[in-house]
Amino acid sequence: MNMARLMLRRGFNVAEGVLGQVFPPAWNPMLNLGALGFFFYWIITVSGIYIYIFFDTGVLNAYASIEYMTHEQWYLAGIMRSFHRYASDALILVMMLHLLREFARDRYRGVRWFSWVTGVPIMVMVFVAGISGYWLVWDKLAQYIAIVSTEWLDMLPIFGEPIARNFLSPDALESRFFTLMIFMHIAIPLIALVILWVHLQRVAKPRINPPRGLAISVFAALIALSLVHPALSQAPADLAVVPGKVGLDWFYLPLFPALETLPGSLTWGMSACLLAIMIAMPWLPPLKRARPAAVDLANCNGCARCFHDCPYNAISMVARSDGTAFEREPAVNPDLCVSCGLCAGACPTSMPFRRLSELSPGIDLPDRTMAQLRDLTETAARNLTGTERIMVFGCDTGPDLAEVSSKSVGVVPLVCIGQLPPAFIDYVLSRNLADGVVLTGCRENSCNARCGIEWTNSRLAGERDPHLRARVPRDLLRTAWVGATGGRQLHHALQALVRELKDADVDVRPAPAVKCPPTACEAVDA
Amino acid sequence: MRRYLRYTGQFAFFLLIAAFIGYFSNQPVYQQTPDGMAQIKLSFAHGAARKVDCRKLSSKEIARLPANERRPNTCARERIPVHIQLMLDGELLYDAQLQATGLSQDGPARTYRKLIVPAGPHTIVARLRDTKRGSGFDYEAERQVTLKPFQNLAIDFKADSGGFQFR
Repeated sequence: MNMARLMLRRGFNVAEGVLGQVFPPAWNPMLNLGALGFFFYWIITVSGIYIYIFFDTGVLNAYASIEYMTHEQWYLAGIMRSFHRYASDALILVMMLHLLREFARDRYRGVRWFSWVTGVPIMVMVFVAGISGYWLVWDKLAQYIAIVSTEWLDMLPIFGEPIARNFLSPDALESRFFTLMIFMHIAIPLIALVILWVHLQRVAKPRINPPRGLAISVFAALIALSLVHPALSQAPADLAVVPGKVGLDWFYLPLFPALETLPGSLTWGMSACLLAIMIAMPWLPPLKRARPAAVDLANCNGCARCFHDCPYNAISMVARSDGTAFEREPAVNPDLCVSCGLCAGACPTSMPFRRLSELSPGIDLPDRTMAQLRDLTETAARNLTGTERIMVFGCDTGPDLAEVSSKSVGVVPLVCIGQLPPAFIDYVLSRNLADGVVLTGCRENSCNARCGIEWTNSRLAGERDPHLRARVPRDLLRTAWVGATGGRQLHHALQALVRELKDADVDVRPAPAVKCPPTACEAVDA
Repeated sequence: MRRYLRYTGQFAFFLLIAAFIGYFSNQPVYQQTPDGMAQIKLSFAHGAARKVDCRKLSSKEIARLPANERRPNTCARERIPVHIQLMLDGELLYDAQLQATGLSQDGPARTYRKLIVPAGPHTIVARLRDTKRGSGFDYEAERQVTLKPFQNLAIDFKADSGGFQFR
């Protein structure tokens, strides 16, 4: 499983990297799979409502009504039909990629089990809704689907009489089955929408709309496809004739030939096993989970920055319990915390300048504390030599920091770049621990902890607390959101910064504030 | 220049995705039935005779029953299997003992079989036994048919309508 995950992760990293060269970070389709899924859902809904107006729900006239839409009213209903079809196919594509990507990035275990498990019925419902939709066209493909699906269902010993007998011969055909299919085709997507809402309950600020530019581009691509290659019906269904050759929609029906040819006990057994494995996956094999963030009330003033910055709704603000004058205190729900450290990065008491008292923020990761982070930074700084010393802060899911580590480049790993309080940058430069700082991590819009890069950019820009102080020379700071495969880009960013430091006519580096060794310094934060 | 390269890349990406979706939405074609073949679909649901014959209840037995359950006969629930045979041009194509359905085996026996056969003229014989007779069949039907390629010939059985139905 680990091998499969690593290979998939590598594949996704490469795909995201390639698309990152072509698209702006916010537009990268690989980083908008969930949002694109929602977008396709709305296209399917709107186009479905329109074609339902012209659709004859009787089994005898259904085919003719769709032919009317396709050929007589091709300019609107025909395009809507194609839209309906292709957006449904695209939904399967992005849904499966979304599922594989979350698996590849190991974002389905631990506290993330809820989103994974609620995603499984959504996936099943999307398939069932799509398959029932093909049924309604009542062409050769619909006949094939109707017969194979009912024969497969008949393999379960729960029906008194084989339901496939409804399609034994032309005179056996009744409209009641058709009515059931129409009901299913409308009801199942509505139920799926409700479960989608549940699916997102543990995600703070979910992105359910793609960026406008990407949405317009996708929309235009679907229109072009609908015009160039409109969705057409196959020959009308005729139960006196077997379908023979049939054009399958391989997005929805790749398993139908297997359902038809393999024994029912095998296909039902495999389906049940696959479903059970999918649902059990968050617990198989068990995840070695880092301890959740812990609150230290002695250093917490209840400012709620951690509450606002948590991307997983794991923190709530509750009434103060320690008798101090502050009104509220954060409470961490360990069942929701992914130990990303964004809360610690947001805490105003995560201040590396503190020396008189222990560096213990109001909220911190027990396994990777701020004090340890400062120790790592100082250790890395002590080993730096040369005149253009650079300190790189990077997250675990970003580029391999060991590849850039050298005598003049120190590296400090973090769970997520959002764990880094901006004060650390100030600390490194003002204490002359290095001559420049580079922050690196996942690709923009692809943060493994969802909001780490966005919060960091906002903090550096002074748009989100805690701000990077104005006294920090921005010329000495670079960000390189390049992802796991972006080692070369990070290397280039480092070289560029080194060149600028060398070439600077005026030394922009601040004079060291304190000349003593870092560990011996007193608190001097102004 | 770099901007135009990016636009070209984006266009190529959407073109590729649209082509991918457009193609796999109905291609490649799947051949469900080989060329030159036809299909015989044999399907029915039929209850055979009961394993133990119904017996008349004596007046004493009837009197012992609760008032709302009194009836003249008593019947065991279990049914015997239905024996079905289908022959094509003198060769046995399908031969099965179909067990009655239901937990008490009191429901109809049922079958649903698809048999792929070469198109062309054939003699089809269908036989069914649903009683406790030791040999022979209770129903038998023979048809001369000429099956066209991809034709679906349905064979149903309805005892009320005289037995086998070829459609």
